[in-house]
Amino acid sequence: MKARSKRLMLVGGGVALLVAAVALVLSAFQQNLVFFHTPSEVAEGKAPTGKTFRVGGMVEDGSIKREADGLTVSFVITDTAKVIPVSYRGTLPDLFKEGKGAVVQGKLEADGTFRASEVLAKHDENYMPPEAAHAVEQASKAAATVSQ
Amino acid sequence: MIPELGHFSLVLALVLALVQAVVPMVGASRNRFALMAVGRPAAQGQFFFILVSYVCLTWAFIQSDFSVQLAASNSHSATPLMYKITGVWGNHEGSLLLWAMSLSLWTVAVTVFSSHLPEAFVARVLGVLGWVSVGFLSFLLVTSNPFDRILPGAGEGRDLNPLLQDPGMIIHPPLLYMGYVGFSVAFAFAIAALLSGRMDAAWARWSRPWTTVAWVFLTAGIAVGSGWAYYELGWGGWWFWDPVENASFMPWLLGTALMHSLAVTEKRGAFRSWTVLLAISAFSLSLLGTFIVRSGVITSVHAFATDPKRGLFILALLVIVIGVSLLLYAWRAPRLGGGGSFSFVSRETALLGNNVLLSVASASVLLGTTYPLFLDALGMGKISVGPPYFEAVFIPLMTPVVVLMMFGPFLRWKDDDLVAAVRKVAPTFIASAVIGLGTAYAVDHVTWRTVLGLALAAWVVLASVQLLAVRITDRAGAGLGARLRSITASWWGMWLAHLGVGVFIIGVTLVGSLNTNLDVKMRDGQRAELAGYSFTFRGVQDADGPNYDAARATIDVRRGELAIATLTPEKRLYRAQGMPMTEASIDIGPFRDVYVSLGEEIEDGTWIVSIYYKPFISWIWLGCTLMALGGVFAVADRRYRRLAVRETTLSTQQRTA
Repeated sequence: MKARSKRLMLVGGGVALLVAAVALVLSAFQQNLVFFHTPSEVAEGKAPTGKTFRVGGMVEDGSIKREADGLTVSFVITDTAKVIPVSYRGTLPDLFKEGKGAVVQGKLEADGTFRASEVLAKHDENYMPPEAAHAVEQASKAAATVSQ
Repeated sequence: MIPELGHFSLVLALVLALVQAVVPMVGASRNRFALMAVGRPAAQGQFFFILVSYVCLTWAFIQSDFSVQLAASNSHSATPLMYKITGVWGNHEGSLLLWAMSLSLWTVAVTVFSSHLPEAFVARVLGVLGWVSVGFLSFLLVTSNPFDRILPGAGEGRDLNPLLQDPGMIIHPPLLYMGYVGFSVAFAFAIAALLSGRMDAAWARWSRPWTTVAWVFLTAGIAVGSGWAYYELGWGGWWFWDPVENASFMPWLLGTALMHSLAVTEKRGAFRSWTVLLAISAFSLSLLGTFIVRSGVITSVHAFATDPKRGLFILALLVIVIGVSLLLYAWRAPRLGGGGSFSFVSRETALLGNNVLLSVASASVLLGTTYPLFLDALGMGKISVGPPYFEAVFIPLMTPVVVLMMFGPFLRWKDDDLVAAVRKVAPTFIASAVIGLGTAYAVDHVTWRTVLGLALAAWVVLASVQLLAVRITDRAGAGLGARLRSITASWWGMWLAHLGVGVFIIGVTLVGSLNTNLDVKMRDGQRAELAGYSFTFRGVQDADGPNYDAARATIDVRRGELAIATLTPEKRLYRAQGMPMTEASIDIGPFRDVYVSLGEEIEDGTWIVSIYYKPFISWIWLGCTLMALGGVFAVADRRYRRLAVRETTLSTQQRTA
């Protein structure tokens, strides 16, 4: 083989590898994006059904309830305008509390309950998850426009 | 008085950094030895003043001087001494000071171990490092002064985040920073090469040990961080694809590529421009990592700063560094010239393939980490990219990397015969596939991931054994001992690090497919069973620490009749911040960990207990340790010292001539 065609083969092989790898990355990326919705958006039906997404807001006061097995927990997430009931089985993060911010990831059931596979709270006592803060802020903005 | 002294020292350090950045560079371009010689003392003086400043800050923490804002927000008079000292870097300002100190320490190391390098080259390297230091010191002084006072001083401090009050956090940040910042040396070498237009085998040989040492620190730092997450976050995960972890993983991937690319540049003179580009990118990703972690754009235990001014400053720094170096690269890289040619079937090709794949992997992490940030910053909605994405990308990208990683060392440099090479490793390859399928068949939950993981691990281990056998039979020498001794330290380093990857894969695969867990309600005397172990709850006692109140459960673990361990998980409440914390208790074993953490008390005397059975999880960290050890062996190779001596005599001759 001539040196030039060898070089072409090498470059061609490298480019093919690169293209394949990039295609793989982009398709995986598209399939695995998790979108965030506020409780108000969920109430308006903007959230997808049967697909994993995130909801954030405050855990409503007095809403945390444990079922008889002691492990399944239900609570309500609110952005102060709308609420969404959540059910979760597993250990809750240490900083999960009523009246504090939380973000849950999971799927919306047909009955309107959000079945969470993951509950995220903050790492620090003074810190609010940005998604939760965003949800509350959106809701209060919406409330302000309505009252005008 | 002491904090002001620290502040003043920091200003002096900045002045010296400016001197170090400007004077040796001018000297190098005008070929004036007197000016170049300023670099070394300036760098050493800078380190001295940063050290003084750091000690002053630590003093404020130890003395609980709560008129210093930083100590008041991150320490407490009841905090144990160890965590007062480490609390210095458990916050934005202090950790940046640690960053600057690591950089300065690396620079001093360059001044000490560079006597064999040409003066002009050292001057340029120090100049580049000086500029980086100027950037970070002014960032500290302008936006994040660690010595800010509050008047009147606070009566009591707010204590360090309890998650950080842990032995793992004592060593994780310094190791990680030494790794991150260590790539600045490789970066400075690359920029110096672009400036001088000199880039040859000798240049690559100088760069290699620096890059490898930084990589070893980074590997160790990431491993310790992952170990910390495993036992401190209370649910036994070891990697979360959290933006902060990704921030350290991106430079690691590119650093790995850089080490291998440097090997080609040294041995064969090829990949020169690519090596320079990797050095620039690895350091840029270190800076980006600092930006992601320190700017407060993400929710994380690491996100301290919420001041947008700081984020902008780091972002500007990032843009300047990347912009200037890429411009320089575009302008100068064509002059570096190509290296030795090689054919399609050669070790170079294998290394090039893996370099491309590692870079794509790094880019995929970059995409997954920063895309949500961009979208958010542009107000286009909030999304998150979780573990499913990274797993979907990493398994197919890393599979060819691992296959090539063990095939490459069997290939000759420059040109080899594909048929002969494949014939050599084919039996090993087939045996690995059979082992993978066979073991997975014996295991309960067979998934294609388990099969793939085990086959890859078998491939790495078997091919390592074969590689060693080939190496020994190829050597001339009287006996086995003599042949073994003739193998170089750097070869052993390569061998160990690659074997470490195999061990790591075994751990990841087995813990991924075999781990089981159980969340259960327990009260005194109750028993639970998991994976052949029985767990008996023996009640909860108070176990208060110096700055927290704790409830400590006692759980007896037995396997049949055999007592295995008594585990004591805790639920702590840190007094100063009122923050609860789960402290897991683990029985660590070579083939499995038994992990217990205490949940909430749901009624009087009844607690939720989470029990995890984690087979082979310690192999993950054993694998990382082998990789890091491999790096240590590679650096210990005699040829770096031998050639160093020869080059010293050469450069002295040049100077006198």
